[in-house]
Amino acid sequence: MNTKTIAFSIRYGFMILLAIIFAFPVVFMMVSSLKPSIQILRDSSSLLAFLPVGEISVDNYFKAFQRAPISLFVFNSLMITMITMGLGLFVNSMAGFALACMRWKGKQIVLSVIIATLILPFETIAVPLLMVVSKLPWLGPQGLTFGWLNSYHVQIIPFIVDAFSIFLFVQFFKSLPYELIEAARIDGAGWFRIYAKLIVPVSGPVFATAAILRGLFMWNQYLWPNMVVQNTQFRPVMVGLGYFWQLTTSNTAGEGILPWGELMAYLTVITVPVIILFLSLQRAFVESIATTGIKG
Amino acid sequence: MAPIANTVPQEKTYSSTGIKDRQLEEVAAWLMASPAVILILAFLIIPFILAFYFAFTNQRLISPNPTEYVGLANFRQLLTVKVLPLDPIVDTDGQPVLDENGNYTYPREREFTRNNPSYPQYNGLQKWTTWDIGTSRWIWLAGDAVFMRSLVNTLYFAMVIVPGQAGLGLLLALLINKRSPGVTIFRTIYFIPVVVSIVVISILFQFIYDGDNGLVNNALVFITGGRFTPVDWLASPATAMPAIMAMSAWQAVGIHMVIWLAGLQNIPEILYEAASIDGANNWQKFVHVTWPGLRNTAIFILVTITIAALGLFSQIDVMTQGGPLDSTTTVIYQAVQKGYKMQDIAYGSAISVVFFILVLCVALIQGYLTREKNT
Repeated sequence: MNTKTIAFSIRYGFMILLAIIFAFPVVFMMVSSLKPSIQILRDSSSLLAFLPVGEISVDNYFKAFQRAPISLFVFNSLMITMITMGLGLFVNSMAGFALACMRWKGKQIVLSVIIATLILPFETIAVPLLMVVSKLPWLGPQGLTFGWLNSYHVQIIPFIVDAFSIFLFVQFFKSLPYELIEAARIDGAGWFRIYAKLIVPVSGPVFATAAILRGLFMWNQYLWPNMVVQNTQFRPVMVGLGYFWQLTTSNTAGEGILPWGELMAYLTVITVPVIILFLSLQRAFVESIATTGIKG
Repeated sequence: MAPIANTVPQEKTYSSTGIKDRQLEEVAAWLMASPAVILILAFLIIPFILAFYFAFTNQRLISPNPTEYVGLANFRQLLTVKVLPLDPIVDTDGQPVLDENGNYTYPREREFTRNNPSYPQYNGLQKWTTWDIGTSRWIWLAGDAVFMRSLVNTLYFAMVIVPGQAGLGLLLALLINKRSPGVTIFRTIYFIPVVVSIVVISILFQFIYDGDNGLVNNALVFITGGRFTPVDWLASPATAMPAIMAMSAWQAVGIHMVIWLAGLQNIPEILYEAASIDGANNWQKFVHVTWPGLRNTAIFILVTITIAALGLFSQIDVMTQGGPLDSTTTVIYQAVQKGYKMQDIAYGSAISVVFFILVLCVALIQGYLTREKNT
């Protein structure tokens, strides 16, 4: 063996070791979701923990869905994520268009404020925002009510606008040839028409990036729904997970063994679809995350 | 006044369009930007300003009493730190009084902090930590000892995670930057934890770190041939935070790997060729070509990891609730505890303001330092 082959083997050995470290928890989760809890504990001392062997079944899934309204949590999260993402793409791209392609007074100020808010972590405003939403009026089926706590809209409306999405749209729209817009203006097209019929159709990649980043963020929301949603009806998956965890630890105190299998089934249900989406749209995912680096 | 102003064309920038068109563009632009502007004002700017306002009041989420201005009281409670140096207790002969283990004994701090008229400056303070220096004992007192611990824990977390995660990310990026078979598969695997929720990961790692059946303990026992004694990682103040650090870096490092990778791929190939001609080895190429070329990427990565690290919350909330013995409580965890769980909006807001100032300072200092080093 020459030195090149040795260097190659060491590099690949190292990369494989790292791959094992990065993959094992997810593999363990999926495999364990198919095993009875006792077997999970028994297998945890050997490599069997990562192999779907023994008493394999989907029992844990049935039991987990019986224990807590998981389908409701999944529905809530899906709906909140889709609506926020959809409205967000519209609102943020339209603002991005106005900021990138149109001339108006106040444009510079609006743009600077949006850029400045990029360093503002959500955690800074979570507590005062809780106060704000607890007082806001809402016109619903019950007429005019005050306070947004325990609802879908409290989880949607504050997250429609996103400074980073606007920033991405501005960057992308600025790179489009301006003659395109001027030509359409001379033909008498209105501004909204130009945005909807001319700009949006050629901006697929930036919409995909914004959608992926927002979708991931919304699906994984934890801090905010924890603060504003107390009842089961509006609970999203990640907060439902905490609730499920509590249920299992309190209801099974006498049985001696925690229903780890059911917990793994719940974790798998809310994780594997995202991983499959990632694997099928890999390039778009990785590029989206990499774009977060361009603001530096 | 107004009609005259309106009749004078203020600017005429492009020839093909008239004043009417300019006014139309102005109105259309405002209409199209307004949903975003209104939402950003209502849910970002106003809450941000309110954080500063609430921090100077006694606002509660629900309260029968009107809100009052309290000045700096919240900040005073949060940030007051005093040292109380104590000498060993001596008997009438001047000999130190020893306890049954032969150690010096000291007065208890509560003799100073509970309504002692001779020491008004210590009144109401809580014991934060103790230092034994020579024969004397320094008791650190704080207005809010738990907050001081969360501040220290948060800084500790950031100081380890920022270099650790950035370095690991760069290592991964360098490994998969070479054009060799299978790198895409490795990139994909390293990236998977990023798309898994931190809440899911925190629950999984409770099993992985478990003291009895945890995978980490089992693996360490197996590797050392049984010499390793299992540790309940999350139950001991010394290991809980490091365990959470390792998990957090593991989860998020994929993000920084791809950002480093984008930075690496922006370095022109020709620079490497030139270095090769000059006879540079791989290390010299890294120091003289790669690293300077990554300057902006490095600043960005360090700043974003720091800001994210200072906001540590979900892992703590799921795994340890700040324990054991406050060893994992953090600034944001305290803000949520006070602002939401105890409904003390004012105190929670004051913590948020301190957090924001921390983020701002770190971002400014770090950006400045990184720039200085590289020029």
